[in-house]
Amino acid sequence: MTQIDPLERGIVLRVAGPLITARLPGAVMGSQAAVGRDGIVGEIIRLDDEVATFQMYETTELVRPGDPVTSSGQLLSVELGPGLLGQVFDGIQRPLKAIREETGVRIRRGMLLPALGRERQWPFVPGLDVGTRISGGEILGTIQETELLEHRVLVPPDLDGELIDIVPPGDYTVDSVVARVRRNGTVHPLHLFHRWPVRLERPSGERYLPHVPLITGQRVLDMLFPLAKGGAAAVPGPFGAGKTIVQHQVARWCDAQVIVFVGCGERGNEMVDLLEQFEALTDPHTSRPLLERSVLIANTSNMPVTAREASIYTGITVSEYFRDQGYHVALIVDSTSRWAEALREVAGRLEELPAEEGYPAYLGSQLAAFYERAGHVRTLGGDDGSVTAIGSVSPPGGDFSEPVTRHSESVVGTFWALSKPLADARHYPAIDWEDSFSGYAERISEWWEEEFREHWSAARASMLRLLQESSHESQLLEHWSALPRGALGLLREADELKRIASIIGPAALSDRQRWTYFVAGLVKEGFLQQNALDPVDTFCSPEKQMLLGALIIGAYHRGQQLIARGVPCAALLKLSSLRRLKSARTAVPNDRPDLLERLREDLDQQLTEAADAHASVHADQ
Amino acid sequence: MSEIEWRNTLDFGGNLITVRGARGIGFDEQAEITAGDAATRLGQTLATSDTEVVVQVFEGTRGLTRESAAVRFLGRVPDMVVSEALLGRVFDGLGRPRDGGPPILGHRREPLRGVPINPVAREYPREFIQTGISSIDLLNSLVRGQKLPIFTGSGLPHQRLLSQILRQARLLEASAPFAVIFVAMGISHTDARFFHDAFRDEGVMERVSMFLNLADDPTMACLAAPRAGLTAAEHLAFEQDYHVLVILTDMTNYATALREIATARDEVPARKGYPGYLYSDLAEIYERAGRVQGRGGSITLIPVVTLPNGDITHPVPDLTGYITEGQLVLSRDLHSRGVVPPVDVLPSLSRLMKDGIGPTHTRDDHANLANQLYAAYAEGRRIRDLATVVGEADLAGVDKLYLKFADAFEERFIAQGSSEERSVLQSLELGWSLLELLPVDELSRVTEEQISTYGRRPRQEQEHDG
Repeated sequence: MTQIDPLERGIVLRVAGPLITARLPGAVMGSQAAVGRDGIVGEIIRLDDEVATFQMYETTELVRPGDPVTSSGQLLSVELGPGLLGQVFDGIQRPLKAIREETGVRIRRGMLLPALGRERQWPFVPGLDVGTRISGGEILGTIQETELLEHRVLVPPDLDGELIDIVPPGDYTVDSVVARVRRNGTVHPLHLFHRWPVRLERPSGERYLPHVPLITGQRVLDMLFPLAKGGAAAVPGPFGAGKTIVQHQVARWCDAQVIVFVGCGERGNEMVDLLEQFEALTDPHTSRPLLERSVLIANTSNMPVTAREASIYTGITVSEYFRDQGYHVALIVDSTSRWAEALREVAGRLEELPAEEGYPAYLGSQLAAFYERAGHVRTLGGDDGSVTAIGSVSPPGGDFSEPVTRHSESVVGTFWALSKPLADARHYPAIDWEDSFSGYAERISEWWEEEFREHWSAARASMLRLLQESSHESQLLEHWSALPRGALGLLREADELKRIASIIGPAALSDRQRWTYFVAGLVKEGFLQQNALDPVDTFCSPEKQMLLGALIIGAYHRGQQLIARGVPCAALLKLSSLRRLKSARTAVPNDRPDLLERLREDLDQQLTEAADAHASVHADQ
Repeated sequence: MSEIEWRNTLDFGGNLITVRGARGIGFDEQAEITAGDAATRLGQTLATSDTEVVVQVFEGTRGLTRESAAVRFLGRVPDMVVSEALLGRVFDGLGRPRDGGPPILGHRREPLRGVPINPVAREYPREFIQTGISSIDLLNSLVRGQKLPIFTGSGLPHQRLLSQILRQARLLEASAPFAVIFVAMGISHTDARFFHDAFRDEGVMERVSMFLNLADDPTMACLAAPRAGLTAAEHLAFEQDYHVLVILTDMTNYATALREIATARDEVPARKGYPGYLYSDLAEIYERAGRVQGRGGSITLIPVVTLPNGDITHPVPDLTGYITEGQLVLSRDLHSRGVVPPVDVLPSLSRLMKDGIGPTHTRDDHANLANQLYAAYAEGRRIRDLATVVGEADLAGVDKLYLKFADAFEERFIAQGSSEERSVLQSLELGWSLLELLPVDELSRVTEEQISTYGRRPRQEQEHDG
């Protein structure tokens, strides 16, 4: 949030809810304004000759016609620099922890504190020499902001020229002038921070097609419906389907370097829960709290609805800023439906014609424009960075045909649809395999095989050994994506079998079908379900995911082979190693792949014994 | 306070008065409307400009005339005096005494709408509240500072459940003074009387404060009632360190009132005629529950939501479910089979349960036992559905056991006398004893250790029986 140096002055004409009209000659569309004696903050959303309409980010109680209005002519902007990490901001980047110190437990309006504290000194190490020609987005120097993250101080994207001055290494406050740049004869001072308008995408170099998976440690997400770094995902679900837990798990465990979490119109207690988790949980490599790599934006449901509308833009601008430093950022917005409702509320008060369910006609295009700001890019400074956007959707009545869900579905690459029936059956995470999709699975396949060549070949070998080198099946294993494809195929077949069985009775199923149904159950209980509260199961390493998946799919194919040779399904269901396979997700720690290998050996042996037993009975007859 | 009285320039329409020529009036400013000897009415400004002011009148404009009515603006938003003296009293929706007693005196005025709690100043709710009701304590635990609505239907005994909670609720940890704020919205005199008498009979009325907007009271004041109640609750909880339990009944009536007023203002409707800001409006009420750092008290909120036509996807329960931390769902089916209180545990949920139970709060086996009972009951219900198609006789042996379990679970665990108070330990014991109906191999959600510690019969003995 930027403080306002008044350029234009005017007076209030009319107040109705969060909308204020004022006579303000020379006003700039989209610029910030301060209204009334308290100086409450707003943004100009309509200009009509000399009359400006503001959407106010704070309550307008007791604002009167005749009250003063000032505007800086500056667009609604955020401050970008050291001091963002570990902070909690509201929708327009007001620092909630600092406000807590100032005003107590409640948010009094008109509190204009700078987003980045002005007192704190940062150890700045310059990275460029005087005389260098510099361009926007280049790294001016670095600050070890937290143990988890080096802050790279950037030249503002819209500035270039000759560096005529830079300070020596030392401690500086964010607003100190640390360098000066001459462009066309004008000298521009550079600080440790700069401002950027939230509704304007920050520029970058080339955009890559997303091809690196965002590993979340959640099996159903990583294996079945993967998300790529720089991609976009929507998570729709009715209340009680576990949206919050899925988003918190991704925020806790995903392999992004920076997490920006926007609580947009959601519960206050959830933000506290997340904050406490981030303080308590540590990064496995450095043992530092996860909060040191996180920025929280909390505009809870009881805070002003207009600031909620702005909050997602504040979130994505902060995300782009870390992307521009060469980091991989995960932006999580909970919930985009509340953002859409804020949009609807303002549109309604402006008396715009509604399209569907009262939403303005531009809902779809605004949502698309937001998700388009996600991406994997070459930064202006020449590094590799990405913003992955994950937005939850709260469809009224759980009806996925409503506008926000439908528009989201058409613009995102990954769709994690949460199902109430699965949640009611305590199948968590309740990701529905029928409605969910991922458009990134093919492109990230290569990355898996490259990065985990060793483990991938182990997983393949494990499967192949179970399959006993059956040539037909082994072709399925040429690519990583064979695993998720196999699991999905199995689940869909089992759903079909269930429908059949419910009509004509389970007795009508063949042994082969029964085995399919059984293994699908194993996939659900032993692989897809994941217990966020279990210390082992809460995070599943990619290696364990692959090996576990390979074991189950391998067992499935081997079982089918045996059944085809006449081994009864009932004989297979008795195998104790299958029960162990079911509980391996909680029983086998991430760093003990050898236990899975042992399980594979036992399974292999038991399957062989079952086959031999059958053969000998057969021979006796 | 402005001494100017505006008269003769007033236009009336529905609940609105337009005051032409009034200037310099604040948005949301409180207004007093007088008309001869009639009682003073209260209003607030909905829109203000340099030519006219629109005032919404809580009691409506019926009976007012251009000649007699006068409007005075008070220079402050709608508010009320807060103090401990609110306890033991009955008020209307705007916080004015309706028990014939004197007005509340004091210099501390707080706005009805409240001021949002800074999210970073919240304290995460963790302390288990024992209600003495098994279906809540064991499977949908309530914690101090939680907002947990009751989803009910017309004719279901939610009143009985509420009064049992009010009577039995207690903390297992050290006790602090408690208070109850009871807010009635659009309910009948009979229903309000039920609670009033219940409080009186229990002898707890001096710890209760009632805010009543009954079915025949002005609709506008219905919107103020929960806000007045919560303003009182916030003062008691965060200034006087009380643990406050707030009952809001019935939020469906509240939303209907909101819709009525929005429609009268020609606002664009969203779903089922409700205004697009219904979510924000409900959140403004529900989010006032909670705990804050450095204050001893808490606000635990139990709103009652009657599902229109039993439809859980109706906007009021739907949006409520998105804001609150779970829900207790009453079932018509259970009720018709004589199970009282008819808490259907399958769609019920307490989101804060995970942090409020376990060794430091209740017992180490609580979470697993709850999971196991839930899973077994869900399986029993599934088999009961199946049995209606294929017939009970054709069920497999273990399926019959599940069926038996589901029946016993409803009869012995869910059903509970209105004065039967079960401690959480008794509920845990009851849960374990019900699990004995099932083969031990079926108990996959509890550990071997827990079975041998808390299950009454060790595994071998049971297998021997089977």
